Amino acid sequence: MQSTQSQQAKIEKLHDLNEDNTVRLKSSGDWTIDTLHDAAEMLTEMTSTYRNVPILWDVSATGRVDSAGMLLFIRSFDALKANQCSVDVVGATSEHEKIYQLVRRYAFGHREAKPALFSRLLMPFNRIGRRFVAFLTDLKDFLAFTGENFINLLLAIVHPRTIRFGAIVKNIEEAGVRAMPIVALTSFLIGVVIAYQGAVQLEKFGANIFIVDMIALSVTRELSPLITAIVVAGRTGSSYTAQLGVMKITEEIDAMRTMGFDPHRFLVLPRIFALIIALPLMIFFADIIGIGAGMFISHIHLNLSYPEFIHRLQKVLAVKHVWVGIGKGPFFAWLIATVGCFRGFQVSKNTESIGRYTTISVVNAIFLVIACDALFSVVFTELGI
Amino acid sequence: MNDTIIKVSNIVTRFGTNVIHDGINLSVRRGEIYGLLGGSGSGKSTLLKQMIMLLRPESGEITLLGHNLMSISRNDAASLRHYWGVLFQGGALYSSLTVAENVGIKLREYTELPENMIEELVQMKIKMVGLPPTAATLYPAELSGGMIKRAALARALAMDPQLLFLDEPTSGLDPIGAEAFDNLLIELRDILGLTVVMVTHDLDSIWTIVDRFAVLGEKKVIAEGTLKEVLHASHPIVQQFFGGSRGQIRSRDGK
Ligand SMILES: Nc1ncnc2c1ncn2[C@@H]1O[C@H](COP(=O)(O)OP(=O)(O)O)[C@@H](O)[C@H]1O
Ligand SMILES: [Mg+2]
Repeated sequence: MQSTQSQQAKIEKLHDLNEDNTVRLKSSGDWTIDTLHDAAEMLTEMTSTYRNVPILWDVSATGRVDSAGMLLFIRSFDALKANQCSVDVVGATSEHEKIYQLVRRYAFGHREAKPALFSRLLMPFNRIGRRFVAFLTDLKDFLAFTGENFINLLLAIVHPRTIRFGAIVKNIEEAGVRAMPIVALTSFLIGVVIAYQGAVQLEKFGANIFIVDMIALSVTRELSPLITAIVVAGRTGSSYTAQLGVMKITEEIDAMRTMGFDPHRFLVLPRIFALIIALPLMIFFADIIGIGAGMFISHIHLNLSYPEFIHRLQKVLAVKHVWVGIGKGPFFAWLIATVGCFRGFQVSKNTESIGRYTTISVVNAIFLVIACDALFSVVFTELGI
Repeated sequence: MNDTIIKVSNIVTRFGTNVIHDGINLSVRRGEIYGLLGGSGSGKSTLLKQMIMLLRPESGEITLLGHNLMSISRNDAASLRHYWGVLFQGGALYSSLTVAENVGIKLREYTELPENMIEELVQMKIKMVGLPPTAATLYPAELSGGMIKRAALARALAMDPQLLFLDEPTSGLDPIGAEAFDNLLIELRDILGLTVVMVTHDLDSIWTIVDRFAVLGEKKVIAEGTLKEVLHASHPIVQQFFGGSRGQIRSRDGK
């Protein structure tokens, strides 16, 4: 490793003394991996200019040579030969010979890599096609996953003893109890926003009291289910994907299969059950915080006293509205947990894919939750609920 | 050829209260293949990691190519890292890069060679370690254990290092592959003048390619030298190591 200190830049000289038409090349300096840059450029140029001429290559002044240096020599040598030049190499030491033999043995010839123009033009279509096929395979896999999951669910209902209650409770704590602070904060802020927006409009008509209707209905029916589901998708859906993905990479899931522990029963069902139980409860919790925040802002901003607010609340907030909101919970929970687990199982064996599938899982879950909510809105309106 | 290029003196290593090394001394000479032996958990990998500046010993000194690693400057450390090659016990290939990209990563980062030449160099190293050319486009997850070892060796050799650190290079290889591996190392050492420090359990390697080695045990180096010298040491651990049935078969048939 003296080369690090005494680094001689290697030079490639060209004596074009025309006596007998022979081109004389002389290489000198160290031909090692970090001194080759200029020589490589010069040689590429030279090898394309000489055609059908005798060449005398003097390498006697060359110092240290490593495999990169020798590869460059061999490339140039072969290229000159291919151009019908006769190449005589003089001055090679026995060290050079040995490296030459080594590199010769392992070196590959040139390869034409660039695809033809036509196939390059077709590339975008190729890509669109692949994307579409990938989408269809994804969809098929997802259906297969849900099917397998459903069968395991039926089995679990038939044999309730096989349900992993411990895992369910642990997951409820992880996904539900620990998420309460962030759910509380977001729903509080949502309550504040609604109250402020409403207050400005209603004050114009002197219809202050209707703020209660507005807050109560929008929070319980729409906002708290949606906001809670989105928070949970970001927090829990992503962690489901990452957890299962890591287990997939470390072959833990394969190990479980060989021991006869079905990953659906041990990993997926407890997560789905846990979220189905936790999410409706969290929605109820979010309802309380959201309405509380609205009440607080109404008091400050519209001078609506707490008893007035509560009195009006009892009158307008029929219990069915609360049930509608909470009733969406299990559906959202099922979507989030299933997508999270499904994407986790899709993680292939490299670490990068964990990140990719976690992102995909969150995006999918949020999209599906919103789409599902839109569907509910239409159905409930048509049914007049 | 006998100048010392790595000198380890009085290394003490502790993880918490667990003492791993208690005064390790050894030296590696230029151009030799140096083995580190010892039972599992005797601290071979840890010592190797200290030589390549991944871990810092609690006390003691390591001198590598004249640089004291305890007080090395940033620039010197960087240039050491450019020029040595390291093969980790588990391969440690970058999982998001293909084999060819793994092998070429230092070439692309540290040299200014034209791209087509880098590709050729990469192909050459891949062929050198005995991988089929088709392996170049595979990801580490798609390789078998032995192929990972080979790909990792190709990556370690990419820059034509003068100094090569190998952690159990032949474990996980079939006997034929292990022999080819040994032959390649000898060839490279003879032709390119490599110095190799390798952790190994492989008695075949010890018999055939290792010039000198150190046996770690009881937190110290219990024997150091050529095979002959070490066999003369009468330390019980050494006797156990070479006196076991595997060792005896080797010494009967060996050279
Ligand atoms: N990061 C670490 N933290 C705590 N203990 C460690 C760590 N790395 C290694 N050890 C311990 O140091 C000892 C030597 O490990 P290692 O050098 O890997 O052994 P080997 O000789 O098998 O390569 C072992 O007992 C191991 O448990
Ligand atoms: Mg080890």
